[in-house]
Amino acid sequence: MKNEIVIGLEVHVQLKTKSKLFCGCSTEFGADPNANTCPVCMGWPGTLPVLNRRAVEFGMLAALSLNCEINQDIKFDRKNYFYPDLPKAYQISQYDMPLAEEGQVEVELDGEKAVVGIERLHLEEDAGKLVHSTAGAESYVDYNRTSVPLAEIVTKPDITSPEQAEVFLRSLKQRMEYLEVSDCNMEEGSLRCDANLSVRTPEGELGTKTEVKNMNSFKGVRKALAYEAQRQKKVLSSGGEVVQETRLWDESEQITREMRSKEEAHDYRYFPEPDLVPVKIDSKWQSEVKQCLPEMPEEKYERFQAEYDLSDEATQTLTASRPLADFFERALTGDVSPRSVSNLIIADLKREMNERDWTINDVNITPENLAALARMFEEDVISSNVCSELIAELVESGGDPEAIVEERDLKQISDAGELEAIIDEVINENPDAVEDIRSGADQAIGFLIGQVMQKTQGQADPGQARKMLQERV
Amino acid sequence: MSVVDQEISDLARLSRLNLTPEEEEELGEDLNEILEFAEKINEVDTEGIEPTYHALPVNNVFREDEVRPSPSPKPALENSADSVDGYFVVPRVIEE
Repeated sequence: MKNEIVIGLEVHVQLKTKSKLFCGCSTEFGADPNANTCPVCMGWPGTLPVLNRRAVEFGMLAALSLNCEINQDIKFDRKNYFYPDLPKAYQISQYDMPLAEEGQVEVELDGEKAVVGIERLHLEEDAGKLVHSTAGAESYVDYNRTSVPLAEIVTKPDITSPEQAEVFLRSLKQRMEYLEVSDCNMEEGSLRCDANLSVRTPEGELGTKTEVKNMNSFKGVRKALAYEAQRQKKVLSSGGEVVQETRLWDESEQITREMRSKEEAHDYRYFPEPDLVPVKIDSKWQSEVKQCLPEMPEEKYERFQAEYDLSDEATQTLTASRPLADFFERALTGDVSPRSVSNLIIADLKREMNERDWTINDVNITPENLAALARMFEEDVISSNVCSELIAELVESGGDPEAIVEERDLKQISDAGELEAIIDEVINENPDAVEDIRSGADQAIGFLIGQVMQKTQGQADPGQARKMLQERV
Repeated sequence: MSVVDQEISDLARLSRLNLTPEEEEELGEDLNEILEFAEKINEVDTEGIEPTYHALPVNNVFREDEVRPSPSPKPALENSADSVDGYFVVPRVIEE
Protein backbone atom coordinates (compact mmCIF):
# COMPACT_ATOMS: atom_id res chain seq x y z
CA MET A 1 0.00 0.00 0.00
CA LYS A 2 1.34 3.42 -0.90
CA ASN A 3 1.67 6.26 1.62
CA GLU A 4 0.31 4.30 4.51
CA ILE A 5 1.16 7.08 6.93
CA VAL A 6 0.44 10.77 6.41
CA ILE A 7 2.24 13.29 8.59
CA GLY A 8 2.21 17.07 8.74
CA LEU A 9 4.44 19.01 11.12
CA GLU A 10 4.00 22.29 12.93
CA VAL A 11 7.37 23.60 14.01
CA HIS A 12 8.08 26.57 16.26
CA VAL A 13 11.54 28.05 15.85
CA GLN A 14 12.78 30.65 18.31
CA LEU A 15 14.42 33.52 16.44
CA LYS A 16 17.76 34.69 17.82
CA THR A 17 17.06 38.40 18.13
CA LYS A 18 18.63 40.29 21.01
CA SER A 19 15.36 41.87 22.11
CA LYS A 20 11.77 40.62 22.16
CA LEU A 21 9.29 40.83 19.28
CA PHE A 22 7.42 43.90 20.48
CA CYS A 23 9.52 45.48 23.25
CA GLY A 24 13.16 46.05 24.22
CA CYS A 25 13.37 43.34 26.89
CA SER A 26 16.30 40.96 26.53
CA THR A 27 15.69 37.48 25.11
CA GLU A 28 18.61 36.03 27.01
CA PHE A 29 18.05 32.59 28.48
CA GLY A 30 18.63 31.86 32.15
CA ALA A 31 17.84 35.24 33.75
CA ASP A 32 16.12 35.41 37.15
CA PRO A 33 12.38 34.74 36.90
CA ASN A 34 10.50 37.72 35.45
CA ALA A 35 13.69 39.82 35.24
CA ASN A 36 13.27 40.26 31.45
CA THR A 37 9.79 41.72 31.50
CA CYS A 38 8.24 45.14 31.10
CA PRO A 39 4.76 46.67 30.93
CA VAL A 40 4.54 45.90 27.19
CA CYS A 41 5.24 42.16 27.30
CA MET A 42 3.28 41.86 30.55
CA GLY A 43 0.29 43.37 28.80
CA TRP A 44 -0.29 46.30 31.13
CA PRO A 45 -3.15 48.57 30.04
CA GLY A 46 -2.10 51.54 27.94
CA THR A 47 1.07 50.03 26.53
CA LEU A 48 1.75 49.59 22.82
CA PRO A 49 3.78 46.93 21.04
CA VAL A 50 6.28 48.02 18.36
CA LEU A 51 7.53 45.43 15.87
CA ASN A 52 11.19 44.36 15.92
CA ARG A 53 12.52 44.84 12.36
CA ARG A 54 15.19 42.16 12.68
CA ALA A 55 12.60 39.56 13.71
CA VAL A 56 10.77 40.22 10.42
CA GLU A 57 14.05 39.92 8.51
CA PHE A 58 15.03 36.69 10.30
CA GLY A 59 11.60 35.33 9.41
CA MET A 60 12.14 36.37 5.78
CA LEU A 61 15.53 34.62 5.70
CA ALA A 62 13.99 31.46 7.17
CA ALA A 63 11.18 31.61 4.60
CA LEU A 64 13.58 32.13 1.69
CA SER A 65 15.70 29.18 2.80
CA LEU A 66 12.55 27.03 2.65
CA ASN A 67 11.84 28.35 -0.87
CA CYS A 68 8.69 30.15 0.29
CA GLU A 69 7.00 33.10 -1.38
CA ILE A 70 7.19 36.18 0.84
CA ASN A 71 3.88 38.03 0.98
CA GLN A 72 3.94 41.73 0.14
CA ASP A 73 1.21 42.62 2.61
CA ILE A 74 1.24 41.07 6.03
CA LYS A 75 -0.50 41.86 9.29
CA PHE A 76 -0.73 40.64 12.85
CA ASP A 77 -3.78 39.23 14.60
CA ARG A 78 -4.81 38.44 18.13
CA LYS A 79 -5.37 34.83 19.09
CA ASN A 80 -7.52 34.91 22.19
CA TYR A 81 -7.42 32.38 25.00
CA PHE A 82 -7.03 32.30 28.74
CA TYR A 83 -4.03 30.55 30.15
CA PRO A 84 -1.67 31.71 32.93
CA ASP A 85 1.38 31.70 30.62
CA LEU A 86 -0.27 34.39 28.47
CA PRO A 87 -0.37 37.67 30.37
CA LYS A 88 -2.48 39.60 27.83
CA ALA A 89 -4.98 36.72 27.44
CA TYR A 90 -4.17 36.87 23.75
CA GLN A 91 -1.14 35.97 21.71
CA ILE A 92 -0.08 38.29 18.90
CA SER A 93 0.22 35.98 15.91
CA GLN A 94 -0.59 36.02 12.20
CA TYR A 95 -3.82 34.53 10.94
CA ASP A 96 -4.83 35.11 7.33
CA MET A 97 -1.92 37.21 6.05
CA PRO A 98 1.21 35.33 7.15
CA LEU A 99 4.77 36.36 6.35
CA ALA A 100 5.29 33.63 3.77
CA GLU A 101 3.59 30.70 2.04
CA GLU A 102 4.08 27.90 -0.48
CA GLY A 103 7.59 26.64 0.08
CA GLN A 104 9.27 23.30 -0.36
CA VAL A 105 12.24 21.39 0.94
CA GLU A 106 13.93 18.37 -0.55
CA VAL A 107 14.73 15.62 1.93
CA GLU A 108 16.76 12.50 1.39
CA LEU A 109 16.26 9.26 3.29
CA ASP A 110 18.15 6.04 2.43
CA GLY A 111 19.12 7.51 -0.92
CA GLU A 112 15.51 8.33 -1.84
CA LYS A 113 14.65 11.97 -2.42
CA ALA A 114 11.26 13.45 -1.62
CA VAL A 115 9.80 16.94 -1.49
CA VAL A 116 8.06 18.25 1.62
CA GLY A 117 5.82 21.22 0.93
CA ILE A 118 5.68 24.18 3.30
CA GLU A 119 2.17 25.50 3.82
CA ARG A 120 3.14 28.72 5.57
CA LEU A 121 5.58 30.51 7.83
CA HIS A 122 4.32 33.16 10.21
CA LEU A 123 5.65 35.24 13.07
CA GLU A 124 4.24 35.18 16.57
CA GLU A 125 5.22 35.83 20.16
CA ASP A 126 6.16 33.04 22.54
CA ALA A 127 4.26 32.41 25.77
CA GLY A 128 5.70 32.41 29.30
CA LYS A 129 6.92 29.39 31.17
CA LEU A 130 4.96 27.49 33.80
CA VAL A 131 6.66 25.53 36.53
CA HIS A 132 4.42 23.11 38.37
CA SER A 133 5.02 22.38 42.02
CA THR A 134 5.51 18.66 42.53
CA ALA A 135 3.16 18.28 45.46
CA GLY A 136 1.25 21.49 45.97
CA ALA A 137 -1.80 22.94 44.31
CA GLU A 138 0.18 25.71 42.64
CA SER A 139 1.91 26.63 39.42
CA TYR A 140 4.66 29.25 39.15
CA VAL A 141 4.83 31.65 36.22
CA ASP A 142 7.95 33.16 34.65
CA TYR A 143 7.22 35.66 31.86
CA ASN A 144 10.81 36.02 30.61
CA ARG A 145 10.02 33.97 27.50
CA THR A 146 6.82 35.91 26.85
CA SER A 147 7.02 37.72 23.52
CA VAL A 148 10.31 36.18 22.38
CA PRO A 149 9.92 35.98 18.58
CA LEU A 150 8.94 32.68 17.01
CA ALA A 151 8.60 31.57 13.43
CA GLU A 152 5.88 28.96 13.10
CA ILE A 153 6.48 26.71 10.13
CA VAL A 154 3.65 24.45 8.97
CA THR A 155 4.35 21.68 6.47
CA LYS A 156 1.88 20.17 4.05
CA PRO A 157 0.83 16.60 4.90
CA ASP A 158 3.59 15.31 2.63
CA ILE A 159 5.65 13.35 5.11
CA THR A 160 5.22 9.60 4.76
CA SER A 161 7.20 8.08 7.63
CA PRO A 162 8.45 8.88 11.13
CA GLU A 163 12.02 8.60 9.80
CA GLN A 164 11.29 11.16 7.10
CA ALA A 165 9.83 13.50 9.73
CA GLU A 166 13.12 13.31 11.64
CA VAL A 167 15.18 13.92 8.48
CA PHE A 168 13.01 16.94 7.63
CA LEU A 169 13.47 18.39 11.12
CA ARG A 170 17.24 17.90 10.99
CA SER A 171 17.38 19.59 7.62
CA LEU A 172 15.27 22.47 8.95
CA LYS A 173 17.60 22.84 11.93
CA GLN A 174 20.63 22.79 9.63
CA ARG A 175 19.12 25.56 7.48
CA MET A 176 18.29 27.76 10.47
CA GLU A 177 21.80 27.25 11.85
CA TYR A 178 23.33 28.15 8.49
CA LEU A 179 21.24 31.33 8.49
CA GLU A 180 22.17 32.00 12.12
CA VAL A 181 18.57 32.92 12.86
CA SER A 182 17.95 30.20 15.47
CA ASP A 183 19.81 27.70 17.64
CA CYS A 184 17.09 25.09 17.07
CA ASN A 185 17.89 23.18 20.22
CA MET A 186 14.95 20.87 20.95
CA GLU A 187 16.14 20.03 24.45
CA GLU A 188 16.30 23.73 25.35
CA GLY A 189 13.04 24.50 23.59
CA SER A 190 14.35 26.77 20.84
CA LEU A 191 12.79 24.31 18.39
CA ARG A 192 9.44 22.73 19.22
CA CYS A 193 7.52 20.34 17.05
CA ASP A 194 3.93 19.09 17.03
CA ALA A 195 2.66 16.62 14.47
CA ASN A 196 -0.59 15.57 12.83
CA LEU A 197 -0.67 11.93 11.85
CA SER A 198 -3.19 9.66 10.21
CA VAL A 199 -3.00 6.23 8.61
CA ARG A 200 -4.97 4.79 5.73
CA THR A 201 -7.89 2.58 6.69
CA PRO A 202 -7.90 -1.01 5.38
CA GLU A 203 -10.30 0.28 2.69
CA GLY A 204 -7.56 2.63 1.52
CA GLU A 205 -9.22 5.79 2.77
CA LEU A 206 -7.42 8.47 4.73
CA GLY A 207 -8.19 7.95 8.39
CA THR A 208 -8.96 10.42 11.15
CA LYS A 209 -5.87 12.29 12.31
CA THR A 210 -4.55 12.83 15.80
CA GLU A 211 -2.27 15.57 17.00
CA VAL A 212 0.90 14.51 18.84
CA LYS A 213 2.61 16.90 21.23
CA ASN A 214 5.31 16.96 23.88
CA MET A 215 8.16 15.56 21.80
CA ASN A 216 11.45 16.88 23.16
CA SER A 217 14.12 15.50 20.86
CA PHE A 218 14.57 14.52 17.22
CA LYS A 219 14.67 10.88 18.25
CA GLY A 220 11.56 11.49 20.36
CA VAL A 221 9.69 12.74 17.28
CA ARG A 222 10.57 9.62 15.33
CA LYS A 223 9.65 7.28 18.15
CA ALA A 224 6.43 9.08 19.08
CA LEU A 225 5.22 9.08 15.47
CA ALA A 226 6.17 5.42 14.99
CA TYR A 227 4.25 4.54 18.14
CA GLU A 228 1.22 6.61 17.14
CA ALA A 229 1.09 5.12 13.63
CA GLN A 230 1.22 1.61 15.11
CA ARG A 231 -1.48 2.49 17.62
CA GLN A 232 -3.82 3.83 14.94
CA LYS A 233 -3.24 0.80 12.72
CA LYS A 234 -4.08 -1.49 15.63
CA VAL A 235 -7.26 0.43 16.39
CA LEU A 236 -8.34 0.23 12.75
CA SER A 237 -7.47 -3.42 12.20
CA SER A 238 -9.45 -4.40 15.28
CA GLY A 239 -12.47 -2.70 13.76
CA GLY A 240 -12.29 0.39 15.95
CA GLU A 241 -12.29 4.05 15.04
CA VAL A 242 -9.53 6.59 15.56
CA VAL A 243 -10.75 9.50 17.66
CA GLN A 244 -9.68 12.99 16.64
CA GLU A 245 -7.77 14.20 19.68
CA THR A 246 -4.51 15.57 21.01
CA ARG A 247 -2.12 13.02 22.44
CA LEU A 248 1.00 13.62 24.51
CA TRP A 249 4.23 11.68 24.02
CA ASP A 250 5.34 10.12 27.29
CA GLU A 251 9.11 9.82 26.98
CA SER A 252 9.59 7.59 30.02
CA GLU A 253 6.85 5.11 29.02
CA GLN A 254 7.53 5.47 25.27
CA ILE A 255 3.83 5.77 24.48
CA THR A 256 1.37 8.51 23.48
CA ARG A 257 -1.48 9.24 25.86
CA GLU A 258 -4.74 10.99 25.43
CA MET A 259 -4.53 14.52 26.79
CA ARG A 260 -6.86 15.09 29.70
CA SER A 261 -8.57 18.37 29.02
CA LYS A 262 -11.97 19.94 29.12
CA GLU A 263 -14.37 19.04 26.38
CA GLU A 264 -14.67 22.59 25.03
CA ALA A 265 -13.48 23.16 21.51
CA HIS A 266 -10.87 25.86 21.03
CA ASP A 267 -12.30 29.09 19.74
CA TYR A 268 -9.54 31.63 19.38
CA ARG A 269 -11.71 34.43 17.94
CA TYR A 270 -8.88 35.84 15.82
CA PHE A 271 -9.12 39.49 14.85
CA PRO A 272 -6.64 42.04 13.46
CA GLU A 273 -4.28 43.44 16.11
CA PRO A 274 -5.30 47.11 16.28
CA ASP A 275 -2.11 48.10 18.16
CA LEU A 276 0.16 47.22 15.22
CA VAL A 277 0.03 48.75 11.77
CA PRO A 278 0.23 46.48 8.72
CA VAL A 279 3.62 45.70 7.16
CA LYS A 280 4.43 46.08 3.49
CA ILE A 281 7.39 44.15 2.16
CA ASP A 282 8.37 45.70 -1.15
CA SER A 283 10.70 44.08 -3.64
CA LYS A 284 13.55 46.38 -2.59
CA TRP A 285 13.43 45.21 1.02
CA GLN A 286 13.03 41.63 -0.06
CA SER A 287 16.06 41.76 -2.32
CA GLU A 288 18.12 43.43 0.42
CA VAL A 289 17.31 40.53 2.69
CA LYS A 290 17.98 38.03 -0.10
CA GLN A 291 21.49 39.49 -0.38
CA CYS A 292 22.09 38.37 3.21
CA LEU A 293 21.29 34.73 2.42
CA PRO A 294 24.48 32.75 3.02
CA GLU A 295 25.52 29.77 0.95
CA MET A 296 23.04 27.06 1.97
CA PRO A 297 24.00 23.45 2.89
CA GLU A 298 23.35 21.90 -0.53
CA GLU A 299 25.20 24.70 -2.34
CA LYS A 300 28.16 24.37 -0.01
CA TYR A 301 28.16 20.62 -0.53
CA GLU A 302 28.24 21.03 -4.32
CA ARG A 303 31.00 23.63 -4.17
CA PHE A 304 33.14 21.50 -1.81
CA GLN A 305 32.69 18.55 -4.18
CA ALA A 306 33.84 20.66 -7.08
CA GLU A 307 36.69 22.52 -5.37
CA TYR A 308 38.28 19.98 -3.06
CA ASP A 309 39.39 16.45 -3.73
CA LEU A 310 37.41 14.85 -0.89
CA SER A 311 35.26 11.78 -0.43
CA ASP A 312 31.49 12.15 -0.47
CA GLU A 313 31.36 11.20 3.19
CA ALA A 314 33.99 13.76 4.17
CA THR A 315 32.13 16.49 2.27
CA GLN A 316 28.91 15.56 4.06
CA THR A 317 30.60 15.69 7.45
CA LEU A 318 32.34 19.00 6.80
CA THR A 319 29.24 20.76 5.44
CA ALA A 320 26.89 19.40 8.12
CA SER A 321 27.42 22.57 10.12
CA ARG A 322 28.40 25.98 8.83
CA PRO A 323 30.94 26.71 11.61
CA LEU A 324 32.71 23.41 10.88
CA ALA A 325 32.77 24.13 7.13
CA ASP A 326 34.12 27.62 7.86
CA PHE A 327 36.80 26.17 10.16
CA PHE A 328 37.87 23.79 7.41
CA GLU A 329 38.10 26.53 4.80
CA ARG A 330 39.98 28.88 7.09
CA ALA A 331 42.52 26.13 7.71
CA LEU A 332 43.17 25.92 3.97
CA THR A 333 44.89 29.28 3.83
CA GLY A 334 48.29 27.72 4.46
CA ASP A 335 50.15 25.61 1.95
CA VAL A 336 48.37 22.35 2.79
CA SER A 337 46.20 19.93 0.89
CA PRO A 338 42.45 19.99 1.61
CA ARG A 339 42.57 16.25 2.06
CA SER A 340 45.02 16.25 4.95
CA VAL A 341 43.15 19.11 6.69
CA SER A 342 39.90 17.21 6.19
CA ASN A 343 41.45 14.01 7.56
CA LEU A 344 42.67 15.74 10.70
CA ILE A 345 39.28 17.36 11.27
CA ILE A 346 37.29 14.19 10.75
CA ALA A 347 39.63 11.70 12.43
CA ASP A 348 41.07 13.74 15.29
CA LEU A 349 39.24 16.99 15.86
CA LYS A 350 35.76 15.44 15.67
CA ARG A 351 36.81 12.69 18.07
CA GLU A 352 38.06 15.24 20.61
CA MET A 353 34.85 17.25 20.20
CA ASN A 354 32.64 14.19 20.63
CA GLU A 355 34.51 13.08 23.74
CA ARG A 356 33.79 16.43 25.39
CA ASP A 357 30.37 16.88 23.81
CA TRP A 358 31.66 20.14 22.34
CA THR A 359 30.86 21.94 19.12
CA ILE A 360 33.49 23.51 16.89
CA ASN A 361 32.78 26.81 18.66
CA ASP A 362 34.05 25.38 21.96
CA VAL A 363 37.48 24.19 20.83
CA ASN A 364 40.62 26.18 21.62
CA ILE A 365 42.56 25.06 18.57
CA THR A 366 42.44 27.62 15.74
CA PRO A 367 42.16 26.83 12.01
CA GLU A 368 45.71 28.26 11.67
CA ASN A 369 46.96 25.80 14.34
CA LEU A 370 45.35 22.93 12.50
CA ALA A 371 46.85 24.09 9.21
CA ALA A 372 50.30 24.20 10.84
CA LEU A 373 49.87 20.67 12.18
CA ALA A 374 48.65 19.39 8.81
CA ARG A 375 51.67 20.97 7.15
CA MET A 376 54.15 19.48 9.63
CA PHE A 377 52.50 16.10 9.20
CA GLU A 378 52.54 16.37 5.39
CA GLU A 379 56.21 17.29 5.44
CA ASP A 380 57.03 14.36 7.75
CA VAL A 381 58.19 16.74 10.47
CA ILE A 382 55.89 15.07 13.00
CA SER A 383 54.47 11.56 13.17
CA SER A 384 50.74 10.88 13.08
CA ASN A 385 50.86 9.95 16.78
CA VAL A 386 52.39 13.27 17.75
CA CYS A 387 49.93 15.06 15.48
CA SER A 388 46.91 13.40 17.16
CA GLU A 389 48.28 14.11 20.62
CA LEU A 390 48.87 17.75 19.79
CA ILE A 391 45.34 18.16 18.42
CA ALA A 392 43.95 16.74 21.66
CA GLU A 393 46.11 19.10 23.67
CA LEU A 394 45.32 22.22 21.64
CA VAL A 395 41.58 21.48 21.63
CA GLU A 396 41.76 21.65 25.40
CA SER A 397 44.18 24.47 26.03
CA GLY A 398 45.28 26.08 22.75
CA GLY A 399 48.86 27.07 21.88
CA ASP A 400 51.31 27.40 19.01
CA PRO A 401 51.95 23.92 17.60
CA GLU A 402 55.22 24.86 15.88
CA ALA A 403 56.65 26.29 19.10
CA ILE A 404 55.52 23.23 21.07
CA VAL A 405 57.14 20.82 18.59
CA GLU A 406 60.38 22.82 18.78
CA GLU A 407 60.33 23.19 22.55
CA ARG A 408 59.61 19.55 23.37
CA ASP A 409 61.73 18.21 20.56
CA LEU A 410 58.83 16.26 19.03
CA LYS A 411 60.22 16.20 15.51
CA GLN A 412 59.95 12.87 13.83
CA ILE A 413 63.20 11.04 13.15
CA SER A 414 63.11 10.18 9.48
CA ASP A 415 66.66 11.15 8.84
CA ALA A 416 68.35 7.92 7.73
CA GLY A 417 71.57 8.62 9.60
CA GLU A 418 69.84 9.17 12.92
CA LEU A 419 67.61 6.14 12.51
CA GLU A 420 70.40 3.86 11.42
CA ALA A 421 72.07 3.74 14.81
CA ILE A 422 68.77 2.90 16.49
CA ILE A 423 67.95 0.22 13.94
CA ASP A 424 71.38 -1.34 14.45
CA GLU A 425 70.66 -1.51 18.14
CA VAL A 426 67.25 -3.10 17.65
CA ILE A 427 68.65 -5.71 15.26
CA ASN A 428 71.47 -6.61 17.63
CA GLU A 429 69.13 -6.88 20.60
CA ASN A 430 66.55 -9.09 18.86
CA PRO A 431 68.33 -11.82 16.93
CA ASP A 432 65.35 -14.19 17.24
CA ALA A 433 63.00 -11.79 15.54
CA VAL A 434 65.52 -11.15 12.79
CA GLU A 435 65.81 -14.93 12.28
CA ASP A 436 61.98 -15.19 12.09
CA ILE A 437 61.82 -12.58 9.36
CA ARG A 438 64.53 -14.26 7.37
CA SER A 439 62.63 -17.55 7.55
CA GLY A 440 59.54 -15.82 6.18
CA ALA A 441 57.56 -14.76 9.30
CA ASP A 442 56.81 -11.24 8.11
CA GLN A 443 54.75 -10.27 11.14
CA ALA A 444 57.97 -10.12 13.20
CA ILE A 445 58.82 -6.88 11.41
CA GLY A 446 55.96 -5.19 13.24
CA PHE A 447 57.60 -6.14 16.51
CA LEU A 448 60.88 -4.60 15.43
CA ILE A 449 59.17 -1.38 14.31
CA GLY A 450 57.52 -1.26 17.72
CA GLN A 451 60.99 -1.50 19.30
CA VAL A 452 62.23 1.37 17.15
CA MET A 453 59.21 3.50 18.11
CA GLN A 454 59.82 2.74 21.77
CA LYS A 455 63.46 3.78 21.63
CA THR A 456 62.55 7.04 19.92
CA GLN A 457 59.55 7.86 22.13
CA GLY A 458 57.26 7.61 19.14
CA GLN A 459 59.20 10.07 17.06
CA ALA A 460 60.51 7.71 14.42
CA ASP A 461 58.75 7.72 11.09
CA PRO A 462 57.29 4.19 11.11
CA GLY A 463 57.25 4.00 7.29
CA GLN A 464 60.89 4.95 7.08
CA ALA A 465 61.77 2.51 9.88
CA ARG A 466 59.98 -0.35 8.10
CA LYS A 467 61.80 0.39 4.87
CA MET A 468 65.20 0.50 6.55
CA LEU A 469 64.54 -2.64 8.60
CA GLN A 470 63.53 -4.56 5.49
CA GLU A 471 66.68 -3.45 3.73
CA ARG A 472 68.89 -4.44 6.63
CA VAL A 473 67.35 -7.81 7.37
CA MET B 1 -28.39 36.89 11.74
CA SER B 2 -29.05 36.88 15.44
CA VAL B 3 -27.41 35.37 18.46
CA VAL B 4 -29.20 32.70 20.36
CA ASP B 5 -29.03 32.04 24.10
CA GLN B 6 -26.54 29.24 23.62
CA GLU B 7 -24.10 31.56 21.87
CA ILE B 8 -24.34 34.10 24.65
CA SER B 9 -23.43 31.53 27.25
CA ASP B 10 -20.59 30.21 25.03
CA LEU B 11 -19.21 33.71 24.63
CA ALA B 12 -19.51 34.34 28.35
CA ARG B 13 -17.57 31.16 29.08
CA LEU B 14 -14.84 32.08 26.57
CA SER B 15 -14.59 35.53 28.16
CA ARG B 16 -14.60 34.08 31.67
CA LEU B 17 -17.71 36.06 32.60
CA ASN B 18 -20.23 34.82 35.15
CA LEU B 19 -23.56 36.12 33.92
CA THR B 20 -26.95 35.86 35.59
CA PRO B 21 -29.82 34.71 33.35
CA GLU B 22 -31.11 38.32 33.38
CA GLU B 23 -27.72 39.66 32.26
CA GLU B 24 -27.54 37.05 29.55
CA GLU B 25 -30.89 38.13 28.21
CA GLU B 26 -29.98 41.81 28.34
CA LEU B 27 -26.64 41.29 26.63
CA GLY B 28 -28.30 39.08 24.04
CA GLU B 29 -30.58 41.95 23.07
CA ASP B 30 -27.64 44.39 22.92
CA LEU B 31 -25.62 42.03 20.79
CA ASN B 32 -28.48 41.49 18.40
CA GLU B 33 -28.77 45.23 17.90
CA ILE B 34 -25.05 45.45 17.23
CA LEU B 35 -25.27 42.61 14.72
CA GLU B 36 -28.20 44.29 12.95
CA PHE B 37 -26.07 47.40 12.64
CA ALA B 38 -23.26 45.34 11.14
CA GLU B 39 -25.74 43.77 8.70
CA LYS B 40 -26.57 47.28 7.55
CA ILE B 41 -22.91 47.86 6.68
CA ASN B 42 -22.87 44.56 4.85
CA GLU B 43 -25.47 45.95 2.44
CA VAL B 44 -22.83 48.20 0.89
CA ASP B 45 -21.35 46.80 -2.31
CA THR B 46 -17.62 46.36 -1.58
CA GLU B 47 -16.81 44.46 -4.77
CA GLY B 48 -13.25 45.24 -5.84
CA ILE B 49 -12.44 47.36 -2.77
CA GLU B 50 -9.33 46.49 -0.75
CA PRO B 51 -10.22 45.52 2.82
CA THR B 52 -9.06 47.92 5.52
CA TYR B 53 -6.91 46.18 8.09
CA HIS B 54 -6.11 49.19 10.17
CA ALA B 55 -7.71 52.53 10.95
CA LEU B 56 -4.47 54.45 10.39
CA PRO B 57 -3.09 54.93 6.88
CA VAL B 58 0.36 53.97 8.13
CA ASN B 59 2.59 51.00 7.39
CA ASN B 60 5.90 49.64 8.59
CA VAL B 61 6.47 51.04 12.05
CA PHE B 62 9.47 49.26 13.50
CA ARG B 63 11.93 49.35 16.33
CA GLU B 64 15.54 48.31 15.89
CA ASP B 65 16.66 45.14 17.65
CA GLU B 66 18.19 46.79 20.69
CA VAL B 67 17.90 45.67 24.28
CA ARG B 68 16.55 48.18 26.74
CA PRO B 69 16.99 47.41 30.43
CA SER B 70 13.82 45.92 31.85
CA PRO B 71 12.30 47.62 34.88
CA SER B 72 12.14 45.71 38.14
CA PRO B 73 9.35 43.13 38.15
CA LYS B 74 8.73 43.95 41.80
CA PRO B 75 5.68 46.22 41.36
CA ALA B 76 3.99 43.61 39.15
CA LEU B 77 4.78 40.83 41.60
CA GLU B 78 3.59 42.87 44.57
CA ASN B 79 0.31 43.67 42.85
CA SER B 80 -0.36 40.06 41.90
CA ALA B 81 -2.54 37.76 43.95
CA ASP B 82 0.46 35.74 45.06
CA SER B 83 4.16 35.47 44.31
CA VAL B 84 7.15 33.50 45.54
CA ASP B 85 10.88 33.76 44.70
CA GLY B 86 10.20 36.12 41.81
CA TYR B 87 7.53 33.87 40.29
CA PHE B 88 3.84 34.65 40.00
CA VAL B 89 1.83 31.95 41.73
CA VAL B 90 -1.40 30.71 40.18
CA PRO B 91 -3.72 27.79 40.93
CA ARG B 92 -2.17 24.64 39.55
CA VAL B 93 -2.72 24.22 35.82
CA ILE B 94 -1.43 21.28 33.91
CA GLU B 95 -2.20 20.04 30.45
CA GLU B 96 -2.19 16.29 30.64
